[in-house]
Amino acid sequence: MAKRIDVSGLHVYYGDFLAVEDVSMTIEPRSVTAFIGSSGCGKSTFLRTLNRMHEVTPGARVEGKVLLDDQDIYAPDVDPVEVRREVGMVFQRPNPFPTMSIYDNVIAGYKLNNRRLRKSEADEIVERSLRGANLWEEVKDRLDRPGASLSGGQQQRLCIARAIAVEPSVLLMDEPCSALDPISTLAIEDLISQLKENYTIVIVTHNMQQAARVSDVTAFFNLAGTGKPGKLIEIGETNKIFTKPEKKETENYITGRFG
Amino acid sequence: MSATKLSAPEKTVPPRPLAPSLGAKPLPALFPPTLLAGVALVAAGLLYALGWWNPAVWAIVTAVGYMVLITAASALIENRRKAKDRLVTAIVYTCFGIAMVPLVSLLWTVLSKGLVRLDGYFLTVSMNGVTPSMDAGGAYHAILGTLLMTLMAALISVPIGLMTAIYLVEYGQGRLKRAITFFVDVMTGIPSIVAGLFVVALWILLFGPGKTNGAAGAISLSVLMIPVVVRSCEEMLRLVPNELREASYALGVPKWLTVVKVVLPTAIAGLTTGVMLALARVIGETAPLILTAGSSAVAINANLFEGQMMSLPVFIYSQVRMGGVINYERAWAGALTLIIIVMLLFLAARLVSHFFAPKTR
Ligand SMILES: Nc1ncnc2c1ncn2[C@@H]1O[C@H](COP(=O)(O)OP(=O)(O)OP(=O)(O)O)[C@@H](O)[C@H]1O
Ligand SMILES: [Mg+2]
Repeated sequence: MAKRIDVSGLHVYYGDFLAVEDVSMTIEPRSVTAFIGSSGCGKSTFLRTLNRMHEVTPGARVEGKVLLDDQDIYAPDVDPVEVRREVGMVFQRPNPFPTMSIYDNVIAGYKLNNRRLRKSEADEIVERSLRGANLWEEVKDRLDRPGASLSGGQQQRLCIARAIAVEPSVLLMDEPCSALDPISTLAIEDLISQLKENYTIVIVTHNMQQAARVSDVTAFFNLAGTGKPGKLIEIGETNKIFTKPEKKETENYITGRFG
Repeated sequence: MSATKLSAPEKTVPPRPLAPSLGAKPLPALFPPTLLAGVALVAAGLLYALGWWNPAVWAIVTAVGYMVLITAASALIENRRKAKDRLVTAIVYTCFGIAMVPLVSLLWTVLSKGLVRLDGYFLTVSMNGVTPSMDAGGAYHAILGTLLMTLMAALISVPIGLMTAIYLVEYGQGRLKRAITFFVDVMTGIPSIVAGLFVVALWILLFGPGKTNGAAGAISLSVLMIPVVVRSCEEMLRLVPNELREASYALGVPKWLTVVKVVLPTAIAGLTTGVMLALARVIGETAPLILTAGSSAVAINANLFEGQMMSLPVFIYSQVRMGGVINYERAWAGALTLIIIVMLLFLAARLVSHFFAPKTR
C-alpha cells in the first residue's frame, strides 16, 4: 500500500512569488519523514504540493516533478482528485465536519463521494479506522454524537481516522499536534509510529523533540533571507541530522543558534 | 523629556492607591431599580403638582434624574470608574428604550386596530360583490395572491440567487466576478416601482397591452428579491471555514460535491435566514404589484397566469384610498395579517435553522 515519493527540481510559486526553490528528495515507503525549519520557509507550501492541495489556492503553481511510485502526479492526464485519494492529509487545526456525526465523519471520504456502502461494510470501516487512530475505545458508545463534541485531541485523531478510512498510500500531516496538549500529542505520536507500518508518512513539526522521537528521516528547510525563497538545506537520517549534521545552518537551527 | 520621566517614574508619578478601587463596597444590587422607581414616582408627582403631566416629559425627567442621581451616588459610595460605568449603562438602556418606542407603538397600533376586524370571516371571504362601505368582505383573495406571488417569486429567485452566490464565493474569479458583484449591487438599489415598470414593459412587449397578471407581479418581486438573496447567501457561504473545504478536498472529493455536501449543509441555517429576510423584504412590496398584478381585483383568483391578482399590501392601499371607517378597519386587519404571515415565515426559518444547523453537543 505505502508508496515512495520522488521529488525532483520542484519550485513552488504563489503568483510571481517564488516560495520554495528547487527541492529534490526521496521519501521512502513505510517511513516517517519530518520537515523542520523556521516559520515561513515553505514547509506547508511544499507539503501541499505532494497531493496537489496547493492548487486550491488561487495563483499557486509548481514547476518540477513529483513521482508517486512511478506515476508523475503532475502529468497532464492525472486528476488532482485522484491524487488526493492516494495521498491523504491531516491539518494543523482539527477540522471535523460540523454537520456530521462521529460515525459519518469517519466515512466522510465515502459519503461525500456518493460511494454506496453496505451497513456492515461501513461499520467495519468505522471501527477499523477508529481503532487505527486509537480513538475507538473513547467514542464507541457515542458514534452518533457530532464530531465537534469531542475534545481537540480527540478531534485530531478523528481527522486521522477520517484520512485513513479511505486507505491512502501516503499520509501528510501539517503540524498535527500544534494545537494539542502533551498527552494528546503523545497519543498521536504513538499513532504515527503504528501507522508507519502501512503508510508513508510525512509530518511538518516545529517541535524538535517530536521530530527526533517519531521520524526516521528529517529534512531541514530554511530561508536564504527575507523575501527570498525557502530551500531544502539538508535531508538525512534523523539520528545523523540531530547529532552531526553536515551543514552549519542545520546545526545552528537544531541547537537554537541563528544567523 | 519623556526619557527623563521614564528614568524616574517613582518620583513624578505618585503610586496609585490600589486598595480602595478593589475593596470599595459596591452599591447593593437592588439599589439601581429602587432608585429608578423612586425617581419615576417623584417625577410623576412633581409633574402632576405643577400641572405639566405628559408621558414624554415624564420619561425624560425620569431618565435624566436617574442618570444624575445614580452617578452621584456611585461616585460617593463606590469610585469614579464605577460611576462612569453606571452613567454609561444608564445611557445605553435609555437609548435602547428610545429605540423600542416606535417598534412597540407600531405593534400596539396594528394589534389594537387590526384585531377589530381580524376574524375567521375576514380571513376566508373575498371582496367580491362587496361595496366599499358594506359591513362585509374580507382579504382571502389578497392573502391567496400574496402567498402565490411570493411563492412564485421565491421559486424563481432562490435558485438563481443561491447559484449566483455559489458562483461568486466558490468559483468566480477576475472580471466576470467583479462585473456580477457590481450588477448585483446596482440591482439592490433599484427602486421597486422601477422593477414593476420594467415588468409591465416586458409584458406589453411579450403579450400586448393590458395582459398583466399575477405572474408579472411575481417576476417584478423576484427582480427585487434576487439581489437580496445573492447578497445574504454570499455572506453566509463566506462564513464557512476554508478548513472544511480543504478537509473535503484532501479526502479526494471533487469541488462540486464539496460545495453540495459540505459547504451548503454547513451554511444551511444562515442560508434559510437569508432567504427569509429576502422574502420578508418583498412580501410587503406594493408599488410594483399595483403596476403589474393590478389594484382592483376583488374576487378570488388562484391562477397566476390569468387576470388581476390582489395582494395584502395592495389590499391595504386600496382600502385606505376608499377612506371610509370600515375601509380603515379592513386595512388594519390586512396589515395585521401581513405581519402575522411574516412572523410565521421567521418562525419557520428559526425551526429550519434549529434542526439543520451544525450541532456541537
Ligand atoms: N496563500 C498564499 N499566498 C501567497 N503567499 C503565501 C501563501 N501561503 C504562504 N505563502 C508564502 O509562502 C511562504 C511559505 O509559507 P508556508 O506557509 O509554506 O511556511 P511554513 O514553513 O509552513 O511556515 P510555518 O512554520 O509558520 O507554518 C511564506 O513566505 C508565505 O508568506
Ligand atoms: Mg505551515
